[in-house]
Amino acid sequence: MRRTRDLDAFPEPERYELDEASRYRFDLSRRSFLGVTGAGLLILANHEATEAQTRSPRDSIAARLHIGKDGQITLMTSKVEVGQGSRTQLAQAAAEELRVPVEQINLVMADTAQVPDDGGTAGSRTTPSTVPAVRKGAAAAREVLIKLARQQWGVEGTLKVEGGMITDPATGRTLSYADLAGFLDLSKSFEQAIPADVKLYPVDQWTVLGTSPQKANARNIVTGSHRYPSDVVRPNMLYGKILRAPSYRAVLTDVDLSVPQKLTGVAVVHDGNFAGCAATTSFQAQKALDVLSSKASWKTAPHPSSKELFTYLKQKAVTDESGPRKQRVRSKGSLQEGLAAAKQTARASYEIAYIQHAPMEPRAAVAEWQDGQLTVWTGTQQPLRVRRDLADAFHLPEDRVRVIVPDTGGGFGGKHTGEVAVEAARLSKGAGRPVSLRWTREEEFTWAYFRPAGLIEAQAGLAADGRLLAWDFTNFNSGASALESPYEIPHTHERFCYSEPPLREGSYRALAATANTFARESFMDELAAAAKADTLDYRLAHLKNERLRAVLQAAVERFGWQGARKHRRPGTGVGLACGTEKGSFTAACVEVAVDRARGAIKVLHIVEAFECGAIQNPENLRAQVEGCIIMTLGGTLSEEIHFENGRLLNGRFSQYSVPRFKDVPPIETVLLNRRDLPSVGAGETPMIAVPPAVANAVFDACAVRVRSMPIRESALKS
Amino acid sequence: MDVTLKLKINGSVRTLETNPERPLLDVLREDLQLTGTKYGCGEGQCRACTVLIDGRPVTFCRLPVSRAENKEIVTIEGLAKGDVLHPVQEAFLQEGAMQCGYCVPGMILTATSLLEKHPNPTEDQITEWMNGNLCRCCGYPKIMAAVRRAGEVKTSIR
Repeated sequence: MRRTRDLDAFPEPERYELDEASRYRFDLSRRSFLGVTGAGLLILANHEATEAQTRSPRDSIAARLHIGKDGQITLMTSKVEVGQGSRTQLAQAAAEELRVPVEQINLVMADTAQVPDDGGTAGSRTTPSTVPAVRKGAAAAREVLIKLARQQWGVEGTLKVEGGMITDPATGRTLSYADLAGFLDLSKSFEQAIPADVKLYPVDQWTVLGTSPQKANARNIVTGSHRYPSDVVRPNMLYGKILRAPSYRAVLTDVDLSVPQKLTGVAVVHDGNFAGCAATTSFQAQKALDVLSSKASWKTAPHPSSKELFTYLKQKAVTDESGPRKQRVRSKGSLQEGLAAAKQTARASYEIAYIQHAPMEPRAAVAEWQDGQLTVWTGTQQPLRVRRDLADAFHLPEDRVRVIVPDTGGGFGGKHTGEVAVEAARLSKGAGRPVSLRWTREEEFTWAYFRPAGLIEAQAGLAADGRLLAWDFTNFNSGASALESPYEIPHTHERFCYSEPPLREGSYRALAATANTFARESFMDELAAAAKADTLDYRLAHLKNERLRAVLQAAVERFGWQGARKHRRPGTGVGLACGTEKGSFTAACVEVAVDRARGAIKVLHIVEAFECGAIQNPENLRAQVEGCIIMTLGGTLSEEIHFENGRLLNGRFSQYSVPRFKDVPPIETVLLNRRDLPSVGAGETPMIAVPPAVANAVFDACAVRVRSMPIRESALKS
Repeated sequence: MDVTLKLKINGSVRTLETNPERPLLDVLREDLQLTGTKYGCGEGQCRACTVLIDGRPVTFCRLPVSRAENKEIVTIEGLAKGDVLHPVQEAFLQEGAMQCGYCVPGMILTATSLLEKHPNPTEDQITEWMNGNLCRCCGYPKIMAAVRRAGEVKTSIR
């Protein structure tokens, strides 16, 4: 059912970049649908002409940016803005190299008809990959502009570039970028390839990077005028609803369209296992769907329950030695030897529940067909993949499909797929008019993919002096990110095994780095206790990595760790943890109060230190770190998907508790700015140290070792 | 089934023919193109759909449009006076209190009603009043800062 990319081609084992086959098998030739009985079928859409620069070679300056005769600079990228700040940060990157104010840069993001392929928005890759690519493109443009100015003036010497003006220091003459765009065809001058060795401004000459300009598009957000994917309106547009299965794995066996088809202004589309309605209002579409649902028959199938989830995942573990689902094993030394030499051993297992991303904006798409060309506006982190999915679903060449991603209401790794785009396009094709499809919250909870659940088993062997000799660590199902221990241990065996997950799974902010760090850092706490060592000293004794040591030391210093350990009040405790993933480093210290009778944990204080190389936008970085800390508290304390008989039991906000204002403890962030190191992404890794720090603090408070995410009430009460 | 309804929205009267059972949210978004007001959950749990009705914040994702007749409705689009932002909007802008921004219209309208009632709110009053509004980017610290700032600005105006 799944198509798997060659995972070995990726630098790290990453199981989330899985492509799925479409859940629909459209039989477009034999489709049964009714036209709209209400308004006419006039389609008025008229696409903007595709910009000339998109016809330029892919690696050219022109494919990356355009300078208008007014001096306005347009930067093009396939990255999307889902709240993480890429629009502002990439504008800063271009402004830096072109030496213009950041407001002069306008971004066209994720319009497949206009942008070069920078990949999807995932894996914290925008900062380490796209920022450098944009800077190179902008720097190459700057060099071309300087050359053109030299030609204009017939000079050879060094020219100065500042504020979008080129100055000849010898004569004081100036030319602005707008001047050059006014009398030269810059698009043509920009047709050359971006040289790999083009000179970039070093960190000590940054004027725009390293600062915190106002977020691009901010004014439109506070006035409500920004159009998210669910706000896009096309002329003559209908609103759609999709017939959903009553339970997972249920198959549509029969549906009678005759009654809903009689409703005024309603188009009903049925194609294989797809059925849905479109009408002039969502209200009318819902009424039609209610009728359609009452006329549908389903064949249900057995489905495991979340109660037996962890046993199930282990039972179904795949221990293949080859193929797309082969085990990921990393080992060093000899585990057997290490365990044999140990004076004491310890074992523990940890459970990670399914959770849902639940972005504020559920999946949404507007689809429009015109002359066999399909255009879809949708919220996705993978516009190019969605274009391919649409092309596959409708048997079109990719150049007949255009995907446009307006800045979207949240992603968190949850919007890599294009199911809503495919559904909107199928309805639109059937109805003969543009269709807006916006998933409900219940649909988003139920039919979007989940963060994988997992079972982690750990075993360690300690020498007589308590030092770690052997380390055996297996993650079943949740993933291999941050699987490798950063601690110095002579004999290690670290393994990730696929399983047969009962729910649809995919990416989630920080992937399995959260699960693996939770298990490892909780276990390290247990081992420190077994070794009768201080938990901080025990970590430091096994830690050589200077960057990880630095964040750990920064966090404990700001928190006042030693003092907090000594002077804690009854019922409260402190914990710490650290971790690294995707090239960045984090450590957290947490204070909690535990009420065992009520099974309640209150987080009193969090300090997190974070380091991601040279900081490019301090305020946005702080927002990302704070957002990660609070979001991950949800997975630590309350978020867990329950299911039974193929149905979600808590797929709405009234039943699934996510962090709110009252759940936010005092938070201090310590951002280490390593201007001597390359910048890496920061939207994910700040998630990972908080959950184990909380669990360790709970143990410190009440001597109960909690080994699950979320921490369950029952564990505290027992 | 359709009836004629008069809605007072953002200071002007809008007349429309519609099914009176439709949620006000749908009518604002689909008929009047006031898309600043958002759907988030359909059960009043996230308050992305907040508007002010007679000055009070209402989560109206399921409120039938007929119930809003003869009342003063203010949506996010009606808060600024021309190009001059409302102090709460300005405070969100100054504090950078947004990530994806989808919750921001509801946050701003809820905060506006808080400051009308408590011009100088305490931390607890802010937390209590705003607690119904969800932000999944979890940008709560900056939103708190924006509400505090707006309180200070509004107080200094008085």
